[in-house]
Amino acid sequence: MTIEPNESTTEGVPVKAEPVGADIDAPAQVPSSPRKGMFGITGTGDVSGFGGLVRRHPEVVGTPKPYGGYFDEVTDALEEAYPGFADAIEKVVVDRGELTLHIKPERILEVAQIMRDDESLRFELCSSVSGVDYLNSDARRLHVTYHLTSMTFRRRVRLEAAVPAGGSLPSVTSVYPTADWQERETYDMFGVIFTGHPNLTRVLMPDDWEGFPQRKDYPLGGVPVEYKGAEIPPPDQRRVYQ
Amino acid sequence: MTQSGYASERETTEGRVFTVTGGDWDTVTGSVDPLSNEKIVVNMGPQHPSTHGVLRLVLELEGETVTDVRPVVGYLHTGIEKNLEYRNWTQGTTFVTRADYLAPLFNEAGYCLAVEKLLGITDDITERANTIRVLFMELNRISSHLVWLATTGMELGAISMMLYGFREREYILDIFEETSGLRMNHAYFRPGGVAQDIPESAIKKIRDFLVYLPKKLKEYEDMLSGQVIWQERTQGVAVLDVTGCLALGVTGPVLRASGLAWDLRKTMPYCGYENYEFDVPTATTADVWGRYQVRLAEIRESLKIVEQALDKLRPGPIFISDKKIAWPAQLAVGLDGMGNSLEHVAKIMGQSMESLIHHFKLVTEGFRVPPGQVYVSIEHPRGELGVHAVSDGGTHPYRVHMRDPSFVNLQAIPAMAEGALLADVIAGGASLDPVMGGCDR
Repeated sequence: MTIEPNESTTEGVPVKAEPVGADIDAPAQVPSSPRKGMFGITGTGDVSGFGGLVRRHPEVVGTPKPYGGYFDEVTDALEEAYPGFADAIEKVVVDRGELTLHIKPERILEVAQIMRDDESLRFELCSSVSGVDYLNSDARRLHVTYHLTSMTFRRRVRLEAAVPAGGSLPSVTSVYPTADWQERETYDMFGVIFTGHPNLTRVLMPDDWEGFPQRKDYPLGGVPVEYKGAEIPPPDQRRVYQ
Repeated sequence: MTQSGYASERETTEGRVFTVTGGDWDTVTGSVDPLSNEKIVVNMGPQHPSTHGVLRLVLELEGETVTDVRPVVGYLHTGIEKNLEYRNWTQGTTFVTRADYLAPLFNEAGYCLAVEKLLGITDDITERANTIRVLFMELNRISSHLVWLATTGMELGAISMMLYGFREREYILDIFEETSGLRMNHAYFRPGGVAQDIPESAIKKIRDFLVYLPKKLKEYEDMLSGQVIWQERTQGVAVLDVTGCLALGVTGPVLRASGLAWDLRKTMPYCGYENYEFDVPTATTADVWGRYQVRLAEIRESLKIVEQALDKLRPGPIFISDKKIAWPAQLAVGLDGMGNSLEHVAKIMGQSMESLIHHFKLVTEGFRVPPGQVYVSIEHPRGELGVHAVSDGGTHPYRVHMRDPSFVNLQAIPAMAEGALLADVIAGGASLDPVMGGCDR
């Protein structure tokens, strides 16, 4: 059923309303920066004395060699097997006992291929593909993370590729067929376009959904309360510790 | 001039005129291959008793043979991952527990281990807390496998198995209720430990259960394994070999039934699993029968672990000693579940100002987690449950992604079902044990 815009309200039938903030590139509202103050409020409301508090966003810096553990073996093996290593790998981060390779998005498929096929790497299983939206802290805000598992060597490594909103990167489904639905989910939730994916459609949200819910600027919406026109504000606008 | 197959046309002064003559239906129908064109598309679900919840399958059938399957998911999407971003780290457990509702404690465990790794306190979790976690996870694994046995039995026509499976599961849920106050969605594991200690009465119940279940298991095996219908419905059905499993990311009992002994409790231990003695059951048939055998054997192995965990239980703290992370409230199980104990309320309201402040700060604000990201994976009853948690240094998770095994495993349905019979789609789908709450989150 299609409802024409401006259709008069009939009893109990919802009329078409412009989706708020559903536009892909121009969100209707950007949440107030959680980097300032402590309670998520602006203006005169904050009398706590913390209103001027500014929290800096931590810069993700590359880790210098040696990385320790099996991380050196993995990076060395990749460097040996992959001629474009120096160009494709933006940085190597070792944190909390986990190895993250930040990869240029256009090279992700080549790297995945070598990670799977090279004899000294053998990351046979792509455990997880998902996304993170680093709004306001990275110009290429959408990071796609791939968690690879080597069953042969019992190792894990994370590949991370950053694209701007509306950006695209090659799909790894030809190397890891299991990435099919997981890339679809990442597209569904973040709007990252995986080129070469056999069927890049929404998977969890309805097919006609507008906007990408897991993005940080996706509007949350409040709950109207039938009491003197009050409304429960959306969670990101409530007075909470941040 | 017209091509054959199109209406003939000629130009007249009034314009172009098409001559459409009636075709001979005999020639039309005769030219169609009756076999290749008897395709029907059947929509199965999302409300269907044998699709294990709100899973929708769009099937293309030729007679009874399935030529194409398209699983459609998302009907139970509740935005758990998004919701987490607006609650503090401790409150996260109450959300993730609702994802895969048959294995709530695994969701909590995965999430708590991820938060603990972000905090860098993995090694500070007390031994008693770890033992209780292992104990409860294994009980949960048994209850999840029992539901699998029950629902699969029902879907393949063994209705009595359904009744028995749910009956046995109720025993385990009673144990959970005794300890956490709730049958499901416990929010029992918390970052830093477990919400409260396990009462003596629950330990007694577990001991009774350890005696009770093996006898019952044997009965069920006697009932099903020798049954010709059960064998016909499961043996050689929905085969997926190791290569197929790895390509499609299928883990857990399905992978082990195809012969690869990959169990994260053994290969990448967590929560002290390396201190328990148990085997990783495998099968080589890679079919529904093999998955049935593996799951039954896993129940027995879990019983072994439960027994060892009970023996390992030593008195001690169940929460990390760091008061900045440990939940400040003393909790008690009441009639309506778990809540602050009355003594604790009396203390913070009447006696200790410092306790009140501490309680207030930690409950309303929560603790801060240093920025960074981790990926933690545990062996869930259905496979690898991965939790990718990102912190920006605040009191709320910046992003939590759950790699749920049901979601990933469901991709294997086309590979297992295409070319087989319609009835085998049910058996194959059931053998994956998908739980849509976890799949859709």
